[in-house]
Amino acid sequence: MTAINFPAVRAIYRFEMARTFRTLMQSIAAPVLSTSLYFVVFGAAIGSRMGQVGGVSYGSFIIPGLVMLSLLSESISNASFGIYLPKWSGTIYELLSAPVSFVEVVLGYVGAAATKSVLLGALILITARVFVPYEIVHPVWALGFLVLTAVTFSMFGFIIGLWADSFQKLQTIPLMVVTPLTFLGGAFYSISMLPPFWQKVTLFNPVVYLISGVRWAFYGQSDVNAAISFAATLGFLAVCLTFVWWVFKTGYKLKT
Amino acid sequence: MLPAPQAHHAEPPPIVEIRGLGKTYASGFHALKRIDLTIRRGEIFALLGPNGAGKTTLIHIICGIVRPGDGRVLVGGHDIVRDYRAARSKIGLVPQELSTDAFETVWATVSFSRGLFGKRKDPAHIEKVLRALSLWDKRGSKIMTLSGGMKRRVLIAKALAHEPEILFLDEPTAGVDVELRHDMWQMVRELRGSGVTIILTTHYIEEAEQMADRIGVISKGELIVVEDKAALMRKLGKRQLALQLAAPLDRIPDALAGDPLELSADRETLTYTFDVQGEQTGIADLLRRLDELGIGFKDLRTSESSLEDIFVSLLRGRA
Repeated sequence: MTAINFPAVRAIYRFEMARTFRTLMQSIAAPVLSTSLYFVVFGAAIGSRMGQVGGVSYGSFIIPGLVMLSLLSESISNASFGIYLPKWSGTIYELLSAPVSFVEVVLGYVGAAATKSVLLGALILITARVFVPYEIVHPVWALGFLVLTAVTFSMFGFIIGLWADSFQKLQTIPLMVVTPLTFLGGAFYSISMLPPFWQKVTLFNPVVYLISGVRWAFYGQSDVNAAISFAATLGFLAVCLTFVWWVFKTGYKLKT
Repeated sequence: MLPAPQAHHAEPPPIVEIRGLGKTYASGFHALKRIDLTIRRGEIFALLGPNGAGKTTLIHIICGIVRPGDGRVLVGGHDIVRDYRAARSKIGLVPQELSTDAFETVWATVSFSRGLFGKRKDPAHIEKVLRALSLWDKRGSKIMTLSGGMKRRVLIAKALAHEPEILFLDEPTAGVDVELRHDMWQMVRELRGSGVTIILTTHYIEEAEQMADRIGVISKGELIVVEDKAALMRKLGKRQLALQLAAPLDRIPDALAGDPLELSADRETLTYTFDVQGEQTGIADLLRRLDELGIGFKDLRTSESSLEDIFVSLLRGRA
């Protein structure tokens, strides 16, 4: 066996991707439909009566935020469910007794969750084109931000899945923390629209940096410097990776 | 503990070597106490013990599911902590619980197990395993649609998918029907024939008696006996002679008070227990003295301790 157990990574990755395609309606169709409704309501209907934001029509302005909204929630949901399910069903014994390191487990589960999220993001972007016209100024950076965000939040979801010992806990952080932060992270507005005090407060919201970074990649303008957004996302990824390494080293919530 | 047989220099190195293994859970429960055990390559080793004795903890530590406490475990010469990849790749585990992926097909879940253990795809091997376990016709079925016995077969197939050198069977026949039990033991014999080492735990002691080469008995986290099955039964087994008396006896006569005799509750059977290994059984002398005392009998039969009798007496001795 080589230093990295590639057959194991492939097995986990394919197993997780197969789960997605088995539940296509829930995994892909439902998020695309719900995001499309946002475009219809906020983009085409309300957006047509609103002015431009930073020289961009409101319908186009919300695209990066809506894509990030789906990307964050789906990354967390896919990865957390992926690792929680074997814990719940008891099949985790196989993963724990297999000759795999935490790197391979993470590559398999997080890789699959991030792939699904990026595919979903791409589908949402294509769907958005039906309702709202937009151009992407920095397509490579846009792709980079989307992939980095998908990987980072899949990792975060993986941690939630490791930590959770009930379906309620599995839902708590995504619903009670991540969704509010995403809605208040500038998905539907520029933070320059907020009163000065709240502009300062909102900078403590990490999602602001993600949405801002993607918006810069799309339209060349953002609330926060793109380099800071990129660095902040990388920093969060490093924190998540360190935590997962610690979990596998100590067996926290996995081994007695 | 009974002394383990001395290793002969010509013997191949052990497949599993456990030295001073202890385990205390966070709750303070002392599950294993300085276990020393050597499993020989290619043998069937039965680990017996009452519920909560530490059997599953021991197996789970070797397989990597539970963190070891003190001591050291080598599998195929590889340390299970430092060299876990090499160690675990040799092991297949059939867990006690029926933990399966409900929505996957049989083929997908068995193929997944092979990949997880670092093996390249080999549809021919998967087919061989599924056919051997009578699962071939069910290969496209979702696991949730299978019966409990079939799910147990799937777990065995998953454990064999990566061609392990050691197979752990943790209570494999719990709750399965006679046919599957028979098939399973047939498969275990074939696996042993192909060089796979089998370590099993079971509550059906007659199965261990039939299948195992060696027996280990664990109680309250301590390994109290490790012995070749035949030697164990010879050393700790008892034989008994039951005499069906011609007329009921009120009590055992004083002249026979020093003999290992027991009178049944209905006072019609006199049972004499003697040492299996003894050169003189004392039967001839007993029959002569019974004749002198005028105690006749109309029938006699001898019996030998089963492994279950030995197991129960060992545990009672530790209680």
